[in-house]
Amino acid sequence: MPNANPQTHYSAPAYSQEVVSRTLSVLVDNEPGVLARVIGLFSGRGYNIDSLTVTETEHEKHVSRITIVTRGTPAVIEQIKHQLERLVPVHRVRDLTLEGQSLERELALVKVAGKGEKRIEALRLAEIFRAKVIDTSIEHFVFEITGKSSKIETFIGIMMELGLVEVSRTGIAAIGRGASSM
Amino acid sequence: MARQMTGAEMVIKALQDQGVEHLFGYPGGAVLPIYDELFQQEKVKHILVRQEGGAVHAAEGYARSTGKVGVVLVTSGPGATNAVTGLTDALMDSIPVVCITGQVPTHLIGNDAFQECDTVGITRPCTKHNWLVKNVNDLARVLHEAFYIAKSGRPGPVVVDIPKDIQFASGNYVGPSNIAHKTYKPKMKPDQPAVREAVELIANAKRPIFYTGGGIINSGPKASQLLRELVRLTGYPITSTLMGLGAYPASDKQWLGMLGMHGTYEANMAMHDCDVMINIGARFDDRITGRLDAFSPGSKKIHVDIDASSINKNVRADIPIIGDCAYVLEDMLRIWKAKAPVIDKAAHKVWWKSIEGWRAKKSLSYKNSSDVIMPQYALQRLQALTKDRDTYITTEVGQHQMWAAQFIDFEEPNRWMTSGGLGTMGYGLPAAIGCQLAHPKSLVIDVAGDASILMNIQECSTAVQYRLPVKVFILNNEYMGMVRQWQQLLHGNRLSESYTEALPDFVKLAEAYGWKGMRCEHPADLDDAIKEMIDTKVPVMFDCRVAKLANCFPMIPSGKPHNEMLLGEDVSDEEVGRAISKEGKVLV
Repeated sequence: MPNANPQTHYSAPAYSQEVVSRTLSVLVDNEPGVLARVIGLFSGRGYNIDSLTVTETEHEKHVSRITIVTRGTPAVIEQIKHQLERLVPVHRVRDLTLEGQSLERELALVKVAGKGEKRIEALRLAEIFRAKVIDTSIEHFVFEITGKSSKIETFIGIMMELGLVEVSRTGIAAIGRGASSM
Repeated sequence: MARQMTGAEMVIKALQDQGVEHLFGYPGGAVLPIYDELFQQEKVKHILVRQEGGAVHAAEGYARSTGKVGVVLVTSGPGATNAVTGLTDALMDSIPVVCITGQVPTHLIGNDAFQECDTVGITRPCTKHNWLVKNVNDLARVLHEAFYIAKSGRPGPVVVDIPKDIQFASGNYVGPSNIAHKTYKPKMKPDQPAVREAVELIANAKRPIFYTGGGIINSGPKASQLLRELVRLTGYPITSTLMGLGAYPASDKQWLGMLGMHGTYEANMAMHDCDVMINIGARFDDRITGRLDAFSPGSKKIHVDIDASSINKNVRADIPIIGDCAYVLEDMLRIWKAKAPVIDKAAHKVWWKSIEGWRAKKSLSYKNSSDVIMPQYALQRLQALTKDRDTYITTEVGQHQMWAAQFIDFEEPNRWMTSGGLGTMGYGLPAAIGCQLAHPKSLVIDVAGDASILMNIQECSTAVQYRLPVKVFILNNEYMGMVRQWQQLLHGNRLSESYTEALPDFVKLAEAYGWKGMRCEHPADLDDAIKEMIDTKVPVMFDCRVAKLANCFPMIPSGKPHNEMLLGEDVSDEEVGRAISKEGKVLV
């Protein structure tokens, strides 16, 4: 049996759990090296990062918000949360997936090149997806699209057939619903 | 009140204000301004080690034997990288260490300057926290914060990296004040409902066991006192990890000895068969649990830890309690006394009877010899001849370390310094030096192996310089004994590179350093030799020639649960060779 719990040398822990995907919001002091601490924790302890977004969100207080999408068994996710909380510059860690309905959005810039029918079809589909054209020439478009990751995946999938040449994605930004803050 | 001074002055002033008396270090280009300030004052005494790795271990020995923060000062580049092993060691064993490193001037950072390395990058995963100070006005605050973070909560090592231009620059000094850190707030006091629930479970236990660890020692002497009170009040058996030895007196009848891979049969069997496990300040390390899915299968587990990430990491806790051991024990005692619970004495009698049955196996017994000194016998004699003295023991890492844990009895906390988590060979001599410095009148003995001692042998010179009469008791079997034992267990007794062909003459080596050297080869001479060592007022290196192929038993082979221990007396070499399954072989 594969080692379901990477925290130990010993195989087959008594509690085996299935792997889940979670979105974590981490508020940190925006000091030098803070991102390296977070990423180093993930690589050093063998955790996964599926998506990572970070920028300063409160300039006066120098607070940054890091949004991490990770995968693991619930026990591993609990470990990740506690390990993050142990880092000195970390204010708070929230498991947005666990704490209920959260909003998750991503932005992508999608470059599509082509002529004739395919070009017209790309533009028509972009309108359906509410993607904006932010750059164009007679042989390309750059679309800006926001939404859930699944919507962006679908859009990119379709554009592959219509001359997709390049994609840049921001990774997920997430926030909890309702009036309260984290 | 803010005062103008240079960065280098601030370092010394901050150390003085933090009450630091001793500093372990090694000078170099990037810390010269700090060494110059050090020269011009007398409050902080500098101990010059012979390699930076020794400085950190010495600081660890100092910290662990006093409860104070150990302080280290090293230069940039190789000074910092040499300190990495010690920092990692202190992180694994939760030892408070403040390590100040010099750095190349800020304008040269990133230029591959002479003796430059990315110190904060390299030490980020092996410290509790670290800082690169790029503004002299931040320096004093960072230094005080460093002490606070190193010693509070779960203690650990921190690094403050100070570029040389910052040491020369002038700025405002601020003294240590009540630091309310904006993000770092360790939780000291436990949640009361959890403690009440735990007391209830403890009171209703039929087959209970206390399993304690280094957290008790780190919490301070009060935690040990409270633990003793609670354990005696309940009458329950108690075992401890390697790091927790001394928290509970080994001479007490409720004491089962150390548990784990080389723990006693009674401690491990009681852990396996208990119905309530009370873990206070231990972390379910893999040396303790053995095979996880067979670890104490029938018990409810209470886990007290100051670090929330230790809880549910390896073993699910039924009642997790986050807080400092002393606070938790205090609350447990108060609730216990208020409730005065009726405990199931009949069940406990049956439980103690089982324990006595396991104890009767005498799992630490070995075949003694009148021709050669058995290593276990050497330590038994060392124990017998030092037990009435004010003794501190450090060790290196390997068989001798496990035998020391098994055969030396500790009655008080802070008397036992060993590298538990990281398992660093070369720890014991510098740790003994740090310990002796803090306790100049005490007897400090490094129980060593012939291989480990050579890893930081240069520190012999430090002991002489500061007149620290440490004793190094080498169990010399000419092998890396634990490596050899594992090769016998796992690799068909093919002793690949585990024999040291060209060992130095330890007596002459000792004399070359200005130590006294002694050698003992016969069991009959041992007592007199040990007495002579103890009574010698200078450092002594004691080359104790022991049986070459002795194995350390009892042992839970890799991949096996607690109730499948190998006992030394009745195990043949063949059984040793078969003890570990194919799956067990890949484990460490």
